[in-house]
Amino acid sequence: MSVLIARVNPYLAMLGVGWLVPILRMASGDSPSVQLKELWRELGVPMVAIALFLAAWGGVAARIETSLGALPGPKAVWAEAENLVAEHGTERERRAEFYARQEARNAEALAENPGAEVRVRRYTGKPTYFDQIFTSLKTVFTGFVLGVLVAVPLGVLAGLSKTVNAAINPLVQIMKPVSPLAWLPIVTMVVSALYVSSDPLFQKSFITSAITVTLCSLWPTLINTAVGVASIDKDLMNVGRVLQLGWFTQVFRIVLPSALPLIFTGLRLSLGVGWMVLIAAEMLAQNPGLGKFVWDEFQNGSSESLARILVAVFTIGIIGFLLDRIMLALQAAVTHSATR
Amino acid sequence: VATTVSAQTLDLERDELKFGFIKLTDMAPLAVAYELGYFEDEGLYVTLEPQANWKVLLDRVITGELDGAHMLAGQPLAATIGFGTNAHVVTAFSMDLNGNAITVSNDVWRAMKAHVPAGADGRPLHPIKADALKPVVDAYRAAGKPFNLGMVFPVSTHNYELRYWLAAGGIHPGYYSATDTSGQTGADVLLSVTPPPQMPATLEAGTILGYSVGEPWNQQAVIKGIGVPVITDYEIWKNNPEKVFGVTAAWAEANPNTHLAVVKALIRAAMWLDADDNANRREAVELLARPAYVGADAAVIGNSMTGTFEYERGDKRAVPDFNVFFRHFATYPYYSDAIWYLTQMRRWGQIAEQKPDEWYAATAKSVYLPDVYLEAARLLVADGHAKEGDFPWTSDGYRAPTADFLDGVEYDGRRPNAYLESLAIGLKGRDTPATVRTTATGGAPR
Repeated sequence: MSVLIARVNPYLAMLGVGWLVPILRMASGDSPSVQLKELWRELGVPMVAIALFLAAWGGVAARIETSLGALPGPKAVWAEAENLVAEHGTERERRAEFYARQEARNAEALAENPGAEVRVRRYTGKPTYFDQIFTSLKTVFTGFVLGVLVAVPLGVLAGLSKTVNAAINPLVQIMKPVSPLAWLPIVTMVVSALYVSSDPLFQKSFITSAITVTLCSLWPTLINTAVGVASIDKDLMNVGRVLQLGWFTQVFRIVLPSALPLIFTGLRLSLGVGWMVLIAAEMLAQNPGLGKFVWDEFQNGSSESLARILVAVFTIGIIGFLLDRIMLALQAAVTHSATR
Repeated sequence: VATTVSAQTLDLERDELKFGFIKLTDMAPLAVAYELGYFEDEGLYVTLEPQANWKVLLDRVITGELDGAHMLAGQPLAATIGFGTNAHVVTAFSMDLNGNAITVSNDVWRAMKAHVPAGADGRPLHPIKADALKPVVDAYRAAGKPFNLGMVFPVSTHNYELRYWLAAGGIHPGYYSATDTSGQTGADVLLSVTPPPQMPATLEAGTILGYSVGEPWNQQAVIKGIGVPVITDYEIWKNNPEKVFGVTAAWAEANPNTHLAVVKALIRAAMWLDADDNANRREAVELLARPAYVGADAAVIGNSMTGTFEYERGDKRAVPDFNVFFRHFATYPYYSDAIWYLTQMRRWGQIAEQKPDEWYAATAKSVYLPDVYLEAARLLVADGHAKEGDFPWTSDGYRAPTADFLDGVEYDGRRPNAYLESLAIGLKGRDTPATVRTTATGGAPR
């Protein structure tokens, strides 16, 4: 039993539920006093810290008077979160009504003229908070995947060849620290110029935001891949050479598996940067995700706006945390199989 | 125009449309046409999307990301003559009259108030002229401090109204020129661009000392206690034309029936907004207060949408025509309205050279489309949604000459050059900013 617990321990810690371990240990008959102490540290301390934070926030916020009223405390933010969920429900009802109206209109058109061409148009209402979260996730993953597709092959080349590395290194160093806000106007103009279609599959704002994410997030993956590949054990490479493996076989059988742990570290960093950059990109590109939600609420300037923006702040934080955990889990899984 | 055509038989070229707007109360016709189902009645499935600022909005209409948008009256004109951007943009629907105001910070108001005459009831006598602001500006200049004011866009109504008010009070707002795109050549006060919803925050931060903007951002300043509106645009020019609904000329040409259907829905929305002596305005305020539209608190929006306007806190006065959406033929796209904006572009150097009167008329004709408007109106009368008397069928596109300005100068849309001559501060005749720069500053109050 304790062997089993020891084995799942790292996974539980990774998921942020490491406090389950002492409970499991107690259940399997370990010394309660030791495990209780452990539980206090794993669960009790964070809970107390969060409670203290909420209390301090509530106390300080009430004293900060902005022109939109006092800064909202935890209660007001929670109420707005509930409001956003309720608005989601209302908007879904409106959508159902929209489709019902359209169906009736189409049926009428068919009754008048059986040959009439009818089709169902997409709902025209505003996106709800959950739609916006989904849009943001879609955009960040598109940008991230595009970045990976560029960064990993380039990183492998740079890792394998000192010449390639010397060639791209200065460019990488210069591009890496550039803020998304600097890229965005250029990306916008280029997308407008090149992506011309009368019935586009994707919105320009979506493409602009995704490409901005790509430009800002591909660097950690590129650098880590290059480092990972360059630091492969020379013996392994020599074995490949002795076996006279083809270049591609060598890359896929030896180079990539050996470099995987570092590549994944890069991917995790990239996704984190991408998520951070996305919010700014969406604000400026008007891509209907969380960034636009924050911007629109800022523009609204109503008495609820600040609380709604804070809901978004926490949403962004929690999603960022979850994305990081997912990447960490993938990294652990991959590293494990790679070292086996 | 065929009078037998009904809504059902308009053969729409496209029925899924996306329109942009800026968070201002005068976007109301779009929200109303959507929420009351007027768009759907025409078989149109419209998505409304707020835009970050006027530049983004115009660019997205030009690139086709938006089918059309709520625009500043000056935007289609400036785009068509190639000032700022270059694209042929047209309008067949004027969205409203009036609806703007000029707000100054509390400090500036305190300094100004000493120079404002009081009425019989002890309250400041309206309209408040920029003459009262002049000593304050002079004091700033004497102390070597810049006097910054915000407006929403170089070709915005707000820019021209603010400039008109300042110039009428002897304060020079500065010229635009090929080398000065910020319009500050020879200026006593420095005007700069701030997007409408950010005006109150920028004023509060002290970056600007006052601004000219549409609602609800003046009332917002009163309620937040950060500034005082001193004059509404209704007092600067009674029933001045304001926003328009703009589309590109290419779009209008490719989608004539869709364009008609859109204008029909918008006319119905405007009629609803003004119906029965503004009886529906409360409901409109509730609509606009939703986060998807203007999103400000209903109390703020209601302050100006329901026939009143609050100046200093507690000084709420009746301005029944502060927001006009349909009466006074507000939605008809008059050539003379377009020409007034062109005269102001010339007056402040955005049009660098003198143009003949015919050029003004021809430009107005290429941008304003009263024929499309009247065709849509004819269809509405046939559908039974409007009455014959609701529309100026026989108008030649020019309003009668009017002197309903703050300074009483008469404007006749047929004689733009003569009008420019009658304004004390500003380019006229063959002037260029370079030739008048030395003599321009500090013109006498009229």
